[in-house]
Amino acid sequence: MADEQQVIEKPEPHEILAKGYTFGTITDQIAAVVLTKRTPLLWIVGIGTGFALLNLLLLSATLLFAKGVGIWGIRTPVMWGFAITNFVWWIGIGHAGTLISAILLLLNQKWRNSINRFAEAMTLFAVACAGMFPLLHMGRPWLFYWLFPYPNSTTVQPNFRSPLVWDVFAVSTYATVSALFWFVGLIPDLGTLRDRAKNSFAKYAYGMLAMGWRGSARHWSVYETATLLLAGMSTPLVLSVHTVVSFDFTIAIVPGWHSTFFPPYFVAGAIYSGFAMVLALAIPLRASYGLEGIITARHLDNCAKVMLATGMIVAYAYIMEVFMSWYSGSVYEQQAFWNRMTGPYSTQYWFLVTCNIVSPNLLWFKSFRSKPALLFLSSIIVLIGMWLERYMIIVSSLAQDYVPSSWSLFHATRWDWATYWGTIGLFLFLFFLFVRLLPMISIFEVRTLLPQAKVRQEVKR
Amino acid sequence: MKPDVYGVMAEFDNPTDLVNATRAVCEQGYKKLDTYTPFPIEELNDILHLHKNKLSLIVLVGGLLGGLSGFLLQYFVTVIYFPINVAGRPLDSWPAYIIITFELTILLGCISAVFGMLALCGLPMPYHPVFNVPRFSAASHDRFFLCIEAADPLFDMEKTSGLLETLEAKEVSEVAH
Repeated sequence: MADEQQVIEKPEPHEILAKGYTFGTITDQIAAVVLTKRTPLLWIVGIGTGFALLNLLLLSATLLFAKGVGIWGIRTPVMWGFAITNFVWWIGIGHAGTLISAILLLLNQKWRNSINRFAEAMTLFAVACAGMFPLLHMGRPWLFYWLFPYPNSTTVQPNFRSPLVWDVFAVSTYATVSALFWFVGLIPDLGTLRDRAKNSFAKYAYGMLAMGWRGSARHWSVYETATLLLAGMSTPLVLSVHTVVSFDFTIAIVPGWHSTFFPPYFVAGAIYSGFAMVLALAIPLRASYGLEGIITARHLDNCAKVMLATGMIVAYAYIMEVFMSWYSGSVYEQQAFWNRMTGPYSTQYWFLVTCNIVSPNLLWFKSFRSKPALLFLSSIIVLIGMWLERYMIIVSSLAQDYVPSSWSLFHATRWDWATYWGTIGLFLFLFFLFVRLLPMISIFEVRTLLPQAKVRQEVKR
Repeated sequence: MKPDVYGVMAEFDNPTDLVNATRAVCEQGYKKLDTYTPFPIEELNDILHLHKNKLSLIVLVGGLLGGLSGFLLQYFVTVIYFPINVAGRPLDSWPAYIIITFELTILLGCISAVFGMLALCGLPMPYHPVFNVPRFSAASHDRFFLCIEAADPLFDMEKTSGLLETLEAKEVSEVAH
């Protein structure tokens, strides 16, 4: 009998989920976000803003197709400008999702189960936004397939010794693997939605997507192997993607770019900005959908700690960057950093140092980390700071490289800003669409966190 | 002759009862059975001997194929099909191939993990007899099911149902084809 069984469990110091949930209530709460007609104001505002900005993207992309990349501020020598800044920024944001879904899974961090689903969706949409920029930046985006090796009548092939071609492979692999991993995670939850949906169209649509998932033990065992293997392969992948992105810079001999510590520095920065985005999304979502019991203060606290840790790595990298430029003995390297700190971009430089190095130090205090509103603010500051970091690396190095006679400053045009805000719109639109149509929290993984999910060992009588 | 039922299904309201019942049924000698649960339960893998599957092998083969094709693609293009002589440097510059080789290893490994998983599970399979049990929709919600299939040599409608009823099942029902 149930009350004769002895339960031996260590008490958890901080519960991952609020007390009192059952398998039923936790399923209903998450599924209700999708299956009811009630939509909170945040959703309407979010998707409305997203849609408006998405139209701005369409407008600026159309103008770009009609007139060419000259509508942007890219002029010799700063030919990368906003496009590559935004590309690196967006792809960095995506990294936190894969870190949460893959690396934290391998490290057996149970708290990730509440946040991995929407973080993975964030990855997917951030990579979609990132992908826009190299395509639009090409000038003739309709010829993008020239990037891939295929037999063609000109017999010209991509140069496999170029980091830009590596990037094509890295980013397209990353996008594909993220989408697959995300969909695999969704299958059991789509089964749940199929069984809970009242509307016959919803039932049919979720049923088709769930592919007949029935929760069989034989399926679960293969499924868990698949998840583990995908996590194992995504872990080196996510670290490699931003490494390859950093190769776009380090392989070149431009002063301020050509250094060996760029890969770890970029990866840390990516995770830093990604966790900032996770917090910026999680805090309003949990408040407006009443999910504080599932995305608890502990989750926010842990995310803030990861942000602090990666922020400190980034701070170390900034210091080492300056040190190495001095230690290199190269006048060009020294000049590049002197220009960053005192030159035409010094305002942005010191602003980014304030955002990325000074502001995260507030996260050392537990009282600061326990206030969602302050965390939200702090994550927005980090996102701005990380954008400025990429802007600084790209623009200041290109604007003032070896030959002073060819120096020229970058001035963003209104269409630079329109394209950038347009991709923010694309991201918001896709993200809020996802929140409305698919479970934003992994239902089956959250069930395993409940104390009653543990199989109790019966005491031998 | 095809049996007129698929099997017998018992419903439990907690994982512990399901695991105990599955263990008891296996000890009775039943082989063709399956459990349906809202989340993976480690103990069932022990009881049903599900710790080994072919997925790792599929992924290994997929990954190796990906890596090999990535490397050979680059070798073929840079050495044979479209050689570019840059100041007499060697055409076969293998260190530059490592990244794309790695990316294609991961890409094909992951694709074979996903499609291998679906193939080993026999998905997509929109119809399955267990869906005929009216209460079965709770298997993706908060209930735990054990189904003994009629194909099992020990299966006997009355005896098997009787056995399941002694195992703290909340409800025992027949699964129609």
